[in-house]
Amino acid sequence: MNDTKPAFSLDRLRAGDREEFARLVETYSDQIYRLALKMLASPQDAEDVLQNTFLKALQALPTFEGRSSLSTWLYRIAVNEALMVLRRQRPEVQIADDDDSAGDDITPAYFIDWCCLPEEELLSAESRAYLDQAIQQLPEKYRIVFILRDIEGLSIRETSEALNLSETAVKTRLLRARLKLRDLLSAYYGERLEEKA
Amino acid sequence: MDKTNCRSLLASLSEYIEGTLEEQICREIERHMAECPDCRVVVDTLRKTIYLYHATSEDESMPADVRQRLYQRLNLDEYLKP
Repeated sequence: MNDTKPAFSLDRLRAGDREEFARLVETYSDQIYRLALKMLASPQDAEDVLQNTFLKALQALPTFEGRSSLSTWLYRIAVNEALMVLRRQRPEVQIADDDDSAGDDITPAYFIDWCCLPEEELLSAESRAYLDQAIQQLPEKYRIVFILRDIEGLSIRETSEALNLSETAVKTRLLRARLKLRDLLSAYYGERLEEKA
Repeated sequence: MDKTNCRSLLASLSEYIEGTLEEQICREIERHMAECPDCRVVVDTLRKTIYLYHATSEDESMPADVRQRLYQRLNLDEYLKP
């Protein structure tokens, strides 16, 4: 989310320059909406998160110190907004640092090589719908790490800054998210392979 | 997947597919994969999993009406590009 993005004038943004803020919205709104939609699986909730993220950014920009990049800062606001929505549904949801060393078994369960499936099968409308469904099966604390790192392309460090987590926790959760999704996709595409056999 | 080498590959899997592991460890993993079809499948399908999520998300943008309402809410209508 950083290399090809245009540079912004922090002075202009802090001073409330509307044109510069519009440029910021234009640059990052798709990513923020996508993050919220994948996190919440509800277009209405995702739109609320999108609007609230930029409203809060607008309010907070005059005091933005620039310790993290603008994009990481926006992601942090969006993640907090999405968590607020999730907690309204389930108050126990949290992504703060906790003991990731125990718990979910990460041993792979499927050893089917489905990479040979044609691209049109892997990326069909039905497959895309399953990709969305599979990511919703991850616990929130793994899902958000996968979205930021593997979908939005943030670095481990940026992801840890956006989530206020240690880099170690990000790496542990990322591995678990990746392996869980790989298993889910292996079961799904494995069936597609069997249908073809 | 209960062998020691398989478990050690699992622990280094993210770093391996991201290319951030030391060369010597990479060579050890590749030697192991040459003899362990299960681990090779896990590595290949994991790479594909990440690729699929990245590829399908890149072309996802918000609907035009959502964009319009965002700009209205932020009083930025005049900057809304067609």
